Amino acid sequence: MIREAGSNSDLSDAAKAKSDIEIIKLEDARKIYQMGGSKVNALGGVTLSFKRGSFWAIMGPSGSGKSTMMNVLGCLDHLSSGRYILEGRDVSTLDDDSLSEMRLRHLGFIFQSFNLIPQLTVQRNIELPLYYLGWEAGRSADRARELAEKVGLKERLNHRPSELSGGQMQRVAVARALANDPQIIFADEPTGNLDTATGKEILGLLTELNEQGKTIIMVTHEMDVAAYSKQRLHMLDGLVGRVEGAEE
Amino acid sequence: MRQIKLARNVLLGIEDLLLHKLRSFLTTLGIVFGVGSVVAMLSVGEGASKEAMDQIRKLGSNNIIINSVKSVEEESTSTTHSHMSIYGLTYDDYARVTETFKTIRRTAPVKLIRKEGRLGERALELRIVGTTPVWFELVQRPIIAGRVLMASDDNEHAPAAVLTEFGARKLLAAENTIGQTLRIGSDRFEVVGIVKSESGQAGNIQIPDQEVDVYIPINVATAYFGDVTSRRTSGGFEREMVELHQLIVQVDSIENVEPVANGIENMLSRFHKKKDYLVSVPLALLRQAEATKRTFNIVLGSIAGISLLVGGIGIMNIMLASVTERTREIGIRRAIGAKRKQIISQFLIETVVLSIMGGLIGIGLGVLVPVLITYFAGMPTVVTLKSIVLPLVISFAVGIIFGLYPAVRAAKVDPIVALRHE
Repeated sequence: MIREAGSNSDLSDAAKAKSDIEIIKLEDARKIYQMGGSKVNALGGVTLSFKRGSFWAIMGPSGSGKSTMMNVLGCLDHLSSGRYILEGRDVSTLDDDSLSEMRLRHLGFIFQSFNLIPQLTVQRNIELPLYYLGWEAGRSADRARELAEKVGLKERLNHRPSELSGGQMQRVAVARALANDPQIIFADEPTGNLDTATGKEILGLLTELNEQGKTIIMVTHEMDVAAYSKQRLHMLDGLVGRVEGAEE
Repeated sequence: MRQIKLARNVLLGIEDLLLHKLRSFLTTLGIVFGVGSVVAMLSVGEGASKEAMDQIRKLGSNNIIINSVKSVEEESTSTTHSHMSIYGLTYDDYARVTETFKTIRRTAPVKLIRKEGRLGERALELRIVGTTPVWFELVQRPIIAGRVLMASDDNEHAPAAVLTEFGARKLLAAENTIGQTLRIGSDRFEVVGIVKSESGQAGNIQIPDQEVDVYIPINVATAYFGDVTSRRTSGGFEREMVELHQLIVQVDSIENVEPVANGIENMLSRFHKKKDYLVSVPLALLRQAEATKRTFNIVLGSIAGISLLVGGIGIMNIMLASVTERTREIGIRRAIGAKRKQIISQFLIETVVLSIMGGLIGIGLGVLVPVLITYFAGMPTVVTLKSIVLPLVISFAVGIIFGLYPAVRAAKVDPIVALRHE
């Protein structure tokens, strides 16, 4: 299905074969914001590719463009110019509905502030992507239970987020991010609101998921958090500075 | 499958609304009153037209009723001693009316005398109606026993009398009424039949029959009782000469009722020096009822319209506040993969659920109000299916109309901004 979706006419067979390995590819990606009279280059022509099954940390000081990078890669924002190829499909020209569809089918998100919906129970929060995928109630409840067990929150299914600790809330967020069985998981400062011990638990969970074959892209500014990743991308003024970590 | 999904969405909407019970309830108040007044309005209108239809049924929709009335001048002069007032419809009028208008199907002349009737031991103050057999064709009431008057009774001056069910019961309370002798003054009549009777007022028209009626051939009435009645009053005797008290005219079709009524009015005015007659048209009752209904519809309709508008704006206001309050939630849903139209449908469903709940409460209120109106104001009201379905449709429409803008606003929320929203 993904391959079919990716069979755009502008992609050659060779490129298609390559996309099996390269799950994310940016070509001269630029994002320009109009700030009053002046233009800000949030991304100033980035070319990069991430392989399937890799674990990247995107680092950099605030204003370096790492948030913009995250939004673009997460199909939440459009490029001003350049191309973004996700799962072999050029998504830089997609409309809003198709981008939603890409997020729904291929991506999972974990945020610094957990971003659970407060009035919904843990189960409902985990089920949210399945609801939009149109799963029937019974099947999604089973899936939610299975995922809650995986993150160790089986007993908390009927609790509301306000009744949980920060670590538990982030576990719920991880479970929700996994509900649609995505290939790529984006984690935006996933430990930013957690103490060190619980932060480590979450990072352990991410490592585990990476070992199971998920591609993980994490934004952080903390070195010891970034240490959990296999590769690190340092950003500065909207450009890729340094790349660390071995290519496998 | 679609229905299941919709039902699920509606349930989710209800859950969200139940989180703010008081707020949701207050939000719907405008709709509650709006819908309530729509229901009340419709039931009052329906009640008025049903009452009018009932009256017309009692009076006969094709009938014109002409009554003799004492004119105003006559009323004032009659206080002098032993003055005889002569007024009202004449036998000539009866003949003229019957002969002049082609569209008149039949005419029943009515002569009324008030006298006591006796049957054995029992006595009852009767209204003696001298008329022709045509009466029973114009004022259709079921026959309970025996027969009604026949042409032969009239021709042969037979002393036949037809009682009403009420009169029969009052006089006898026993079987075998038919064939018994009814004494009115010194005259004897044979009871030949019993009919059912209606009684009361229909609008401002007295319905033609009463419970204390006894029907006898008009020729007999004229021969036995004459045209002059006298009454003892404080000042002496009051004497009246009236040939006919009433003419009931049946026209061949409803469209001709009003032209004929006008024609009769014109004709009578040429032959009568004083206005000692009154032409009434039962059909006019319907017009009157419709006018009442229209007035009610305009008054209550404006109230309902304003309430619904205010209610709708109230709902829109709260939904806009809700969208702002839930910006972050919208951002989360969008990031997860919800499409714009799914966000729209979520908020739209919530608004519609809210307005329909308001509508249902309003219908409950609106059904109660007509009961109170009937109880305290004595106005007839009828709650029909239409007066329940229409307000439901209206509240649904209000939900859609006033929910659309907040829902579209919600869908326009940029997920990146929303996720940063605190």
